[in-house]
Amino acid sequence: MLTATNILSWITFTPLIGAALILLLPGRKVKAIRGVAVLATALSLLFSLVLLSRFDNAGRGITEFQFVAQRDWIQAFSIQYYMGIDGLSLPLVILTTLLSFLCIFASFGIERWVKAYMALFLLLETGMLGVFCSLDLFLFYVFWEVMLLPMYFLIGIWGGPRREYAAIKFFLYTLLGSVLMLLGILALYFASEPHTFNLPQLILTSSQWSGNLIWVPYFWKIVFVLFFIGFAIKVPIFPFHTWLPDAHVEAPTAVSVILAGVLLKMGTYGILRVNYPLFPEAAHWFAYPFLITLGVINIVYGSLCAMAQTDLKKLVAYSSIGHMGFCLIGMAAMTSQGFHGAVLQMWNHGLITGQLFLLVGVVYDRAHHRDLDGFGGLAAAMPIYAGMVSLAFMASLGLPGLAGFVSEALCFLGAWPVFPASTALSVSGVVLGAAYFLWAFQRVFLGPLNPKYEKISEINGRELFTLAPLALLTVLIGVYPMPILNWMTATLNHLQEILGVAGRGM
Amino acid sequence: MEWVDTHLWTIPLMPLLGVLVHIFLGGTLGKKLVGILACLLVFISFGLSVVVLLRLLELPAEERHLLDNFLPWIRVGAFSADWAFRADTLSAVMLLVVTGVGFLIHVYSTGYMHDDPKYIRFFAYLNLFTFSMLVLVLASNVFLMFIGWEGVGLCSYLLIGFWFHDLNNATAGMKAFIVNRVGDWSFLCGVLLLFWSLGKYTGTYTVDFYEINRLAPELPAGIALAVGLLLFGGAAGKSAQIPLYVWLPDAMAGPTPVSALIHAATMVTAGVYMIARFSGLYLSAPDAMMVVATVGALTALFSATIALAQNDIKKVLAYSTVSQLGYMFLGVGVGAFSAGIFHLMTHAFFKGLLFLGAGSVIHGLHGEQDLRRMGALKSKMPWTWLTFMAAWLAIAGFPGLSGFFSKDEILWQAFSSEHGHWALWLVGFIAAGLTAFYMTRLVVMTFYGESRWPEHAHPHESPRNMTVPLAVLAVLCVIGGYVGVPAILHGANYFEHWMEPAVTWAAGHGGAEAAEHAAELGSHGLEALLMAASVGVALLGIGIGWWMYSRRRDIPEAAFQRWPNLYRWVLNKYYVDELYQWLVVDNLLRLTRLSGRFDLAVIDGAVNGSAWLTERVSAISGWIDNTFVDGAVNGVAEVTRAAGGRLRLIQTGRVQQYLTFAAAMVAIGVAGIILWPSIQPWLAELWSGAI
Repeated sequence: MLTATNILSWITFTPLIGAALILLLPGRKVKAIRGVAVLATALSLLFSLVLLSRFDNAGRGITEFQFVAQRDWIQAFSIQYYMGIDGLSLPLVILTTLLSFLCIFASFGIERWVKAYMALFLLLETGMLGVFCSLDLFLFYVFWEVMLLPMYFLIGIWGGPRREYAAIKFFLYTLLGSVLMLLGILALYFASEPHTFNLPQLILTSSQWSGNLIWVPYFWKIVFVLFFIGFAIKVPIFPFHTWLPDAHVEAPTAVSVILAGVLLKMGTYGILRVNYPLFPEAAHWFAYPFLITLGVINIVYGSLCAMAQTDLKKLVAYSSIGHMGFCLIGMAAMTSQGFHGAVLQMWNHGLITGQLFLLVGVVYDRAHHRDLDGFGGLAAAMPIYAGMVSLAFMASLGLPGLAGFVSEALCFLGAWPVFPASTALSVSGVVLGAAYFLWAFQRVFLGPLNPKYEKISEINGRELFTLAPLALLTVLIGVYPMPILNWMTATLNHLQEILGVAGRGM
Repeated sequence: MEWVDTHLWTIPLMPLLGVLVHIFLGGTLGKKLVGILACLLVFISFGLSVVVLLRLLELPAEERHLLDNFLPWIRVGAFSADWAFRADTLSAVMLLVVTGVGFLIHVYSTGYMHDDPKYIRFFAYLNLFTFSMLVLVLASNVFLMFIGWEGVGLCSYLLIGFWFHDLNNATAGMKAFIVNRVGDWSFLCGVLLLFWSLGKYTGTYTVDFYEINRLAPELPAGIALAVGLLLFGGAAGKSAQIPLYVWLPDAMAGPTPVSALIHAATMVTAGVYMIARFSGLYLSAPDAMMVVATVGALTALFSATIALAQNDIKKVLAYSTVSQLGYMFLGVGVGAFSAGIFHLMTHAFFKGLLFLGAGSVIHGLHGEQDLRRMGALKSKMPWTWLTFMAAWLAIAGFPGLSGFFSKDEILWQAFSSEHGHWALWLVGFIAAGLTAFYMTRLVVMTFYGESRWPEHAHPHESPRNMTVPLAVLAVLCVIGGYVGVPAILHGANYFEHWMEPAVTWAAGHGGAEAAEHAAELGSHGLEALLMAASVGVALLGIGIGWWMYSRRRDIPEAAFQRWPNLYRWVLNKYYVDELYQWLVVDNLLRLTRLSGRFDLAVIDGAVNGSAWLTERVSAISGWIDNTFVDGAVNGVAEVTRAAGGRLRLIQTGRVQQYLTFAAAMVAIGVAGIILWPSIQPWLAELWSGAI
């Protein structure tokens, strides 16, 4: 059933089929709805693992893809249904299917309008997978928008007290980004000869038609910046980040996991997928001084803001800003280590921050608040939970032996030879990260047990089931990251070639 | 024996198995089995370490290093760090200390922690610590060592805050971890600089210690200096040297076996070990060595003065540890790497024993730690007393005991080595006198004089599983120094020759050559003189301490009253903690609050402001629309306004308004791009002046 040309479509659209099935079910059959959702995400995950087993690590990517599906879609504008993956998108596809599967279980606590929730959630998964697989910029844009709408409703309907504000802020902010991106896509379409949305073709032929444009350097820089802002909002990069804490705080647990675990990666993915190979010269112009500076600001400023928070979920949200900063410095350096570190950091951040949000959800479901100063001594009442939290915190603050360290260390290693001073400044992130995580841990878990929570119940089996695979992977990748690094090596080497920095860091 | 060449990984595996069993099966196995298993696994590691030692002895001196590379870890581009363990003469010493002393402390803990409700968790942490420490000493490359380095830091954090229901304990743990992370910042920068500089100047990209030491002489002097200083920053954090020593005294909040194992015998010496590991690099950066030696000497003196005035038995020992670590840095800083490691080993014996003995006293007095409420425990706790005597004399530098040989070796090297200086010797010499004095004070106040504990205290000797480890360590305190008897006392200084292959590097001058250099000075007489001086100062310190605290308690009292401010300064540790709080912590917290507020007010304010502005503009345009355009059709307008007002309440009005706006922008953009080909030639002509 699964062939090289249709497997990506199966992975992407299985959740959509699930959503359609759910719409056919009556809303009161909650168990059946959940069952279909589990099945759809499980199949998608399974298919992605089949994809992984057939993936060729030697594939060069960027302009040459694997498992390509290519059909004409709207011939008048030469728009194609064009899907394919390489070493850059493979890890993110797997991450998406894995997190989506686990998040369905984390969503079992949702009891209001389960039918609509699950249908939207599955639609969201299709959107996310489509973004990572599509190679036609128009298709890319369609999936990008498909992802936006369910997210808006998931936050706006099932969110916390200020959900409407947060949802609108998220929606408008992201829409602003996609509008700019759309402008960029259209600019490329009309500039190219012949007009096309085909990304590999644009990359390969740009040198032939770009000579026809007047103000060539400006054209590339402008289009680069249009795309960059669109992606920067998603990452989010300072100063476009303020939607993130609000969206996270209001979103239900599973949606926060997806938001942090997958959606943020689309920003950094987009920069590597579109900006870097399409505009190599503009990329060099932008990397120094802009991107590296923004990366350092993300790390230092994000960490400082995280330390100032009193809401546990907001703290985790700000920590994400800091952690995505590590990706940025790795990307800015364009070294082999930097690129590997950045892509691995996307993966690891998905794993680790996914755990963090799930864990915040566990305590929120019991205490109905997240105020850091409102707990105290919980480790005595919930030792297993405290253990899981400390594992996730330690992974997030970059303890060697756990996943976060490998990618952070690679980002630092990659950035150092190009930007030593900025890297030295960024390494302060390891101090600040330790400070805010341990301080938060202390306020929630240590000290005398708050009498209010003497009877608080320990983490349950379902919650452990959603956390265990992520925790296990965090340890495994920390000890032996080579398989994942091997997926991406050929692709990232090719990206370096296109950028004209082949062998930097070799 | 050759079997061990490719099975070095089994050594750390044992305690790791223990961790997994305790966590997942601990409840089923029960306390007793967990305790036995934890000890047994560490003992197996000790056995394997002995096998390593015997295997190394089989080999000729210059081939005494085994490399076991069993799994790739991170390999990207030119960078490659593997799971690779190396056993050489340096790591063999560390292995024996970690597993040997570690095993004794595990056994002791089965008694000390017997009634603790978190007994199983304690042993899980203790095994995890042993695992991390073994990774640290076996790692063949910097990055792998960093796993152990941070792992022991984590265990230290967990065990200091083991009794976390008291927030002070938890805070002490947090302080330890964060201060260590400050050191790690420096350390990581040093490693990054080292890795890329080696690649740039030698063409070899490596993180392997042996390769680094071999290539270090090819580095430019400035870079070697910078790397040396940055790495030392990490060592100062882990090994509690000025200016990062502040966490160690607070770390005494943990259970006493933890203080003995982690904060005296093993983990805190990791910084010294690291410098010795990088011996080739440091020999290429003599100025960095000078800094290491100076900081070590100053720390030795500085914290010895603080120890003079402390009344908590564990605090005295903590400052003493800081001071003794200073000695070790003094040793490695003058190039006497083997002397530094020698002192590391003997210190593990006597300081481990001192802490365990103190723990036995605390145990016997039901948690009392204040020296002012002890006294006359000699007859109540005979075994504790007897073993404590051995450790006391060893640390005081009494001739013939282990501490005497190692301390004297460091002092002599500080004076005579080409990296040494008489001033360094003098500082160490004074600190040695102070050490003898404050340790005697501690012993007298604990075991002699009148009893100051309350009537109902009923101090008792500790159980067998606590006193037997004390006895074994006491024996080691007495005989442990005889592996390093210097030539002047007609010894072979076997320890120094053993260490030679691991710390002697082609371009530099190792400890052995420094000794030869000293010998060339023809100063055997001088060495004997200095040795006599240090014996003299030790005896003087013991004598004054004994006399003052058993006969003339009024003298210290009078001194305190005479110079109350000086006393208060010393008692309060020169207010360094307060200085850091004021200078660093408060300002950092201020900065975080400022960032948080800036983010809300300025950055988010700008976002909300632009939303507000859009809303205003839309309201005005709506008003124009209603008044002028729609005004003509009043009835319709009435309905629209009502609906519009209600819609605006649920805020969807803004989205639509924005969508319209966005769509218009897109339309303009698209139109511009579509029309561009027709406008462009015209513009081009305009530009070139044709029109």
